[in-house]
Amino acid sequence: MEKTLAQFKPGEMGRVSKVTGEGVIKRRLFDMGITPGTEIYLRKTAPLGDPLELRVRGYGLSIRRTEALSVLMLPGETN
Amino acid sequence: MRFALAGNPNSGKTTLFNRLTGGAARVGNWPGVTVDKKEGICKYSAGAIAIVDLPGIYSLSPYTPEEVVARNYIIEENPELVINIVDATNLERNLYLSTQLLETETPLVIALNMIDAADSEGLKIDPQALSGELGVPVVPISALTGRGVADLIETACRSAAASRKASSVLEHSAMGGEFRQIVNLLAEKEVEHPVFHAVKLLEGDKLETDELKNRSGALSEEITRIKSAIKLDAELENDFAAAVADARYKYISGRVRRAVAGSRTADKLTASDKIDLVLTNKILGIPMFLFFMYIVFHLTFSNSFLWVEGLPSPGVWLQGLTEDFMSFLSAAALRLLTEREAAEWARGLLVDGVLAGIGAILSFLPQILMLFLFLSIMEDSGYMARAAFLMDKPLRRFGLSGKAFLPMLMGFGCSVPAMLGTRVLESEKERHLAIMLMPFFSCGAKLPIWAMFSAAIFPDSADLAVFAVYTGGIAVAAVTAVILNRTVWRGETTPFIMELPSYRMPGARSLLLHLWEKLKGFVVRASTVIAGATVVIWFLSNFNLSLSMVEANSAGSILGLLGGAVAPFFAPLGFAGAEDSWKAVVAVLTGLIAKEMVISTMGILYNPGIEGDALADENAGALLTGKLAEVFTPLSAASFMMFNLLSIPCMAAVAAANAELRGFKRLAGVIFLWLFTAWSVAFLIFNIGSFIGWR
Repeated sequence: MEKTLAQFKPGEMGRVSKVTGEGVIKRRLFDMGITPGTEIYLRKTAPLGDPLELRVRGYGLSIRRTEALSVLMLPGETN
Repeated sequence: MRFALAGNPNSGKTTLFNRLTGGAARVGNWPGVTVDKKEGICKYSAGAIAIVDLPGIYSLSPYTPEEVVARNYIIEENPELVINIVDATNLERNLYLSTQLLETETPLVIALNMIDAADSEGLKIDPQALSGELGVPVVPISALTGRGVADLIETACRSAAASRKASSVLEHSAMGGEFRQIVNLLAEKEVEHPVFHAVKLLEGDKLETDELKNRSGALSEEITRIKSAIKLDAELENDFAAAVADARYKYISGRVRRAVAGSRTADKLTASDKIDLVLTNKILGIPMFLFFMYIVFHLTFSNSFLWVEGLPSPGVWLQGLTEDFMSFLSAAALRLLTEREAAEWARGLLVDGVLAGIGAILSFLPQILMLFLFLSIMEDSGYMARAAFLMDKPLRRFGLSGKAFLPMLMGFGCSVPAMLGTRVLESEKERHLAIMLMPFFSCGAKLPIWAMFSAAIFPDSADLAVFAVYTGGIAVAAVTAVILNRTVWRGETTPFIMELPSYRMPGARSLLLHLWEKLKGFVVRASTVIAGATVVIWFLSNFNLSLSMVEANSAGSILGLLGGAVAPFFAPLGFAGAEDSWKAVVAVLTGLIAKEMVISTMGILYNPGIEGDALADENAGALLTGKLAEVFTPLSAASFMMFNLLSIPCMAAVAAANAELRGFKRLAGVIFLWLFTAWSVAFLIFNIGSFIGWR
């Protein structure tokens, strides 16, 4: 079942299947290593629920839910 | 020789730059953008090398001013070599930029930084193997301790002497054939850096395709034809930029991994992760952040340090020292001039003009020092990114990131360091906005105005009146931010995609260098404006139109006449209607120079001939309180206070804004906005109040 990264719960892990959306944001996400096939672990959300803290390619990355909406995921196991 | 230093943010680039140049850097800015440009000299055994510090970037894709600056420098200014600093603990993402640098023909050396930290995390990186994969020298270093830096310089000098063949990850990808065709086409036309430009054209980079179309339509069509033959994977949706990025990461994770033995275990928490369990904790995170911010404010501005009545905080103490020094200097100068029987105007010019100007500049240094000490600690330790993470949601609707919180908070102390502090913000728009809003946060110099007026006009609810001024200012800032974001900056939301770097112990050397740079920068960029303004104001307030000296700020002085002349502009605001109206107007005008002068000026004007400054002398203060109660109604007082709160804070703040905005048009726009907001809010308060029958 595909869902967006914004629908992930803290502790959930999955693989990127596709990055949708428009130019600049998409390009930024790619630059930061969110490319198809990449494993992403949603570590936590900020105290007020947004933005998200991810672990991608061995480093910590923070993006907003609006940006996470354009990252389609294949969910994997939950920690 | 000239080497450029390129690398990701948080890769230790600044530390390496300081290490290479010994910290002596010339700071300027890149043409057309407010991005700092740092240049230094690296002395080594065989001579000297100029080192240019490029801004920290993740990619050479031209979406931010930083990226454009770095890319243009490498492609157009042709440095002899690029040193690419790479964080060994974060190899995959750092090498992404390296794969782009490899596409230029410029000789390249990779400085593998924090190799010791990677080692202790269980990552065994083989520099030799990595060098073999990438085709350029890889030198393991520790920028913090200086280990390997001598080797880096030596390797760099050797590589700069030889030429390098550009290489691209695309050669190994599915579109390798088409890519080589484009490279060959460009090489035939003798384009410099053909591989780099071929990749950009393939990506569909707007800058590059437009330029090519202008130069050669035929070539442009030929390339479009070649591109149309390429079939991309379905999930890439025919997005070539995405395909290239994907190819880079595939190359890195496929080939470069061979140079790395061992791996971090995913579920093992590093020390940095453990710190984050507390500092970005769901419940504790924000209270702790606010507590830290309070501590910073307390250390910089408090008059009762550690809640001991009368004990100055380090910031206030240092400021007192500079003030003592300046008054000692003024007294000595005055004594000397009197002994020599210098003319009154000469004494005035030197003591009240020039020395007062120097004093004004010096008096800001302690607070700038304190603010930047804390900003640098936050930045270097990695906490600044967490501040942005924690505070993003509440500040987002105002078009600001969480990083703006500390500079804005400092605005309640003093606008000058606060405006300089906006440099930590990412986008030009954000810095611009934060500077615009800064005066609306009531600074320390405005407090005597609120104290005097609330005692005189609102004696029964003085605390409430002061509270209303502070919250009123915040409300105006919020409304202004929302309006500006919906009009001037409509649709300009910068995406929030931010690295959360591992926590690191800030190095004392880097901190001291940064502080020194900041103080020097302030003195260089702001001192001429401040010193010049002080002398001009001294002249305007002490001379009449026939150029003979009069009592400072009196009706006959040029400033007094000016006050009378602009009084009609203030008439609709209610405090300039009566016959004595010009007095309040002159007080407002001196307030545009420095808010400390408002009450002093009113003392002189409303009670002429009284000994003592109304700001410092108890008797003069009490007399002014009585006078203000007669002259002002609650409504005109409210209007007067709001105008002083929202208008130009002081000349020093204008100088600071000028130093940060770096453009006369932008500065003029900001000053207009301050005056416009101040006038409109005061107008609304007075006229709506009058309409519903308040006095």
